[in-house]
Amino acid sequence: MLFSYLKLAWKVLLRRKFFTFISLFGIAFTLMVLLVVVAMFDYTVGAHYPESRLDRMVFANFLHVKFKDGGNMNTPLSYHLLDKYVRTLRTPEKVAIASNFHATPSYVGNRKLDLDLRYTDATFWQVLDFNFREGKAFQEADVKAAAHVAVINRTTARQYFGTETGVVGRTIVVNQTNYRVQGVVDDVPAMRFCSYADVWVPITTSPDDLQHVQLNGDYLAIILAKSSGDVPAVQAEFERAMKRVPLPDPKGMDYLDLHADRLMASFSRQLMSPLTEYKSDGLELLYPILAGLALLFMLLPALNLININVSRIMERSSEIGVRKAFGATGGKLVSQFLVENIFLTLIGGILGLSLAYVALQLISGSDLLAYARFELNWQIFAWALLVTVFFGVLSGVYPAFKMSRLQPVQALKGSGK
Amino acid sequence: MEPTLTKSPLLTGAPAAILLKNTPMIKLLDIEKVYHTDTIETVALNRVNLTINKGEFVSVMGPSGCGKSTLLSLMGLLDEPTGGTIEIDGRAVTSYSDKELARVRNHKIGFIFQSFHLINDLSVLDNVELPLLYRAGMSGKERRQRAQAALEKVGLIARTKHFPSQLSGGQRQRVAIARALAGAPEIILADEPTGNLDSVMGDEIMDLLLGLNRQEGTTIVMVTHDENMAHKTERLIRFFDGSQVS
Ligand SMILES: Nc1ncnc2c1ncn2[C@@H]1O[C@H](COP(=O)(O)OP(=O)(O)O)[C@@H](O)[C@H]1O
Ligand SMILES: [Mg+2]
Repeated sequence: MLFSYLKLAWKVLLRRKFFTFISLFGIAFTLMVLLVVVAMFDYTVGAHYPESRLDRMVFANFLHVKFKDGGNMNTPLSYHLLDKYVRTLRTPEKVAIASNFHATPSYVGNRKLDLDLRYTDATFWQVLDFNFREGKAFQEADVKAAAHVAVINRTTARQYFGTETGVVGRTIVVNQTNYRVQGVVDDVPAMRFCSYADVWVPITTSPDDLQHVQLNGDYLAIILAKSSGDVPAVQAEFERAMKRVPLPDPKGMDYLDLHADRLMASFSRQLMSPLTEYKSDGLELLYPILAGLALLFMLLPALNLININVSRIMERSSEIGVRKAFGATGGKLVSQFLVENIFLTLIGGILGLSLAYVALQLISGSDLLAYARFELNWQIFAWALLVTVFFGVLSGVYPAFKMSRLQPVQALKGSGK
Repeated sequence: MEPTLTKSPLLTGAPAAILLKNTPMIKLLDIEKVYHTDTIETVALNRVNLTINKGEFVSVMGPSGCGKSTLLSLMGLLDEPTGGTIEIDGRAVTSYSDKELARVRNHKIGFIFQSFHLINDLSVLDNVELPLLYRAGMSGKERRQRAQAALEKVGLIARTKHFPSQLSGGQRQRVAIARALAGAPEIILADEPTGNLDSVMGDEIMDLLLGLNRQEGTTIVMVTHDENMAHKTERLIRFFDGSQVS
């Protein structure tokens, strides 16, 4: 029976090319956009190279100062603050401190190359797991000695030296300073803005005065907890430590706000600050907003699919009447439309998946986003497909069910309409 | 069945067909059908009592709107009467469940509609196979063979792969007849089967039905407007305004 239903579904789809096209297009296009958006989202905040242990990581990268006159200041942190109050935390396994990256001019012959430079400590290389193509990271001793050594990414190796291999030991001039290349790593996408750079050098070679006592600076900390379950404990100790940070100007300043956030929360805390006024990380608002947008986006195609399906089955009212007249039970009719709808939806799903794959390849291939390599998220695909099948089944089978309960004559006359 | 038993001693040696003819196939008892629309109430059938015996070929005539199609749909279990009882082959079907009704429609009845009611998305062969699709345990091969045999009978074996839209009206009606025959039902109900056809086509279809009745003993009830055709059948029933008048 299933086979003849499938055969029938196939025939019906072929015979009704216009309807099939509209339905498939709706399903496939919606799925494609959803998959592309999720891939980008996941790419930005998911556990990916070199932040593959993201479940154990929290980030401290912004300081919020509330002034007594009501003003706010939002700034990256000073090295001093991180070194004194964060590196000394006891709960984390490791604490890495690094500067933000900055575009720095560099020259290859006459050609100007804008390289993104980041100053890091040695722990940075232990907290993150970079893929070294050759050479290795710089060590504690290099940082202590302010050695002029650098780790560069493959693209920089290729652009600067004309080759990706055998560049360890050669000299790269960045910021008018000579660095000896000590390692070459795979490119890090620019959205990983706590780890991304073209060139990484020891933090001690920075022209900044690292020990200057102040709150604001150009630095961030990446904290690795012993396990993902340990993250709340790390955050709690972090909050306690921050209470000890003295206000440099107790007359003008009201309080400091500094948190160790998971990656998503660290984005959200900044993004949602107009609504939360820094009272929370804003995830409790951001997630519903994102979910709402996603639903809104899917609502229209879902309504369209339901509408098409309902009118398609209404159109086939007389077919339902004929089938009943010749011995189809209500159950058989419902299964027939069930198979037809699932079949159609699955084809749409596969089409959407292929489209998303092609679109992601195109986006990755273009230079729209530096070093971006998007991947399909199978879990989201499965969910989206499930939702589509659900709507497909609901919209196809509910009217079929209603019509299968009509008397055959009523269905023959198209009373379903 | 009971009448057969009581009368059988008298009929010993009589041909099977005659014996059958005294057994009711379709029995309508006090059948009433009222259609309710927004404001109007139409009594389409008014307390109809009618028996069609096994192997009979009965034609039904009457002016348009007198309830002929309603009568046939009730006999074919395509609709429920407002009141009264319908017996098919000795069993009251009025209280049957959806499943039981489907079984009777599938095994016992073949319906031929005036407007054909073929499924346009299906080929001729698939249309004819339709009743067999709902027979448990029938293989695809057997379905195809039976459908082909039915198409052979109506002279359309060369058109199996066509779609209804590619056929003439007469051909479509013959497909519809083949579909009604495919399941080898004991009853064929035909609602103006030749109403949409020219007279040559009409005669052909009439011959087909007559042959079926004579050779296979199929019980046939046919609604028609054509006196000539009606007179070819054994019994003629006339309706007027929801009641049988002769
Ligand atoms: N579905 C319906 N709803 C309302 N009235 C109907 C319906 N079907 C038939 N009728 C009415 O019932 C009467 C009998 O109809 P019908 O059985 O089709 O007549 P015939 O086939 O003899 O022309 C007519 O008055 C018709 O208008
Ligand atoms: Mg009629």
